[in-house]
Amino acid sequence: MCGAPDQAAKLPPGTDLSKETVLTGRVVAGGEPVGGAFVRLLDGSGEFTAEVVSSASGAFRFFAAPGTWTLRALHRSGNGEARVTAEAPGLHDTVVTVG
Amino acid sequence: MSRQDVLVTADWAEKNLGTEGIVFLEVDEDTAAYDGGHLPGAVKINWTTELQDQVRRDIVDRDQFAALLSAKGVSNDDTVVLYGGNNNWFAAYAYWQFKLYGHGDVKLLDGGRKKWELDGRTLTTETADRPATTYTAQAPDTSIRAFRDEVVAAIGQKNLVDVRSPDEFSGKILAPAHLPQEQSQRPGHIPGAINIPWSKAANEDGTFKSDEDLAKLYGEEGFDGSRATIAYCRIGERSSHTWVVLHELLGHGDVKNYDGSWTEYGSLIGVPIELGAGGKA
Repeated sequence: MCGAPDQAAKLPPGTDLSKETVLTGRVVAGGEPVGGAFVRLLDGSGEFTAEVVSSASGAFRFFAAPGTWTLRALHRSGNGEARVTAEAPGLHDTVVTVG
Repeated sequence: MSRQDVLVTADWAEKNLGTEGIVFLEVDEDTAAYDGGHLPGAVKINWTTELQDQVRRDIVDRDQFAALLSAKGVSNDDTVVLYGGNNNWFAAYAYWQFKLYGHGDVKLLDGGRKKWELDGRTLTTETADRPATTYTAQAPDTSIRAFRDEVVAAIGQKNLVDVRSPDEFSGKILAPAHLPQEQSQRPGHIPGAINIPWSKAANEDGTFKSDEDLAKLYGEEGFDGSRATIAYCRIGERSSHTWVVLHELLGHGDVKNYDGSWTEYGSLIGVPIELGAGGKA
């Protein structure tokens, strides 16, 4: 159902990476992981799509679709963002620096 | 209703923690979030096990709601302040249920957990314990809850506001992007629905936009204030957020939340479905 999955966990069993476009990554500041950051997924036009909270190790994950996305992280220590282009289904990993 | 009757600020909440007659209740999408830290004195409500019937697919009924609030130590004359993660989605869902069962004074913490955390305000892991009460719930106010048949009948008659993301509306994906896309029901939207994502009503920090900005937003997106309205999303929680905006903040009279939403509608046999970005007035 709608319970947000543990962002640090492995992909759910049965996730088919030949069909699913999964955007994963880490939020960091000064090379250190930032947990508890609010990570927002914005689509190609900058429109909000989804939001998760990064795990203690800074990890986050979205199930999206091929396209260009912006990952924007908000944290009390500062904000930051990164762009990612997913050409095709599969796992796409991105680091977002805040501060 | 005015904004002051519906929302409290984080500053107000911080000053009123522990005040007698004010109960803070946390309702999260991530049902473990409370355990990792919450507002001091706040009590947890688990939306999956406590706001929904555990056998039938439905929200809790009047007696179950009364039993829940009694067990949580909430009295009928308490001011209830709801808050939660994910921009208050599930807190808004709970707020709608509190209104449905006639609680007198219920408010939302503007910005929810996110604003609280971004402000660096205090969180505690100490679990609050409130003595049980005897809570009396009212008969459900169905003027704020839509069921499937009236949704089908509303096509072409009422504002149907689909508050999901554009990709869910068009049928490209079946669920929000932070969730696995495993659902099997049909994608798309109710014909004629206008797509005004819930997120357009919120600022980046999770607070609601100003009344002026909200009125402008809905006007620009083709919302007809002279017509009755049904809001829906996937499972009824994001549409609760929009229901709060339209009914509570902007004061539109006839606004219902369709909590069956797309997981019900998109699984019905024989109802009309529209695909693509069309439907925007």
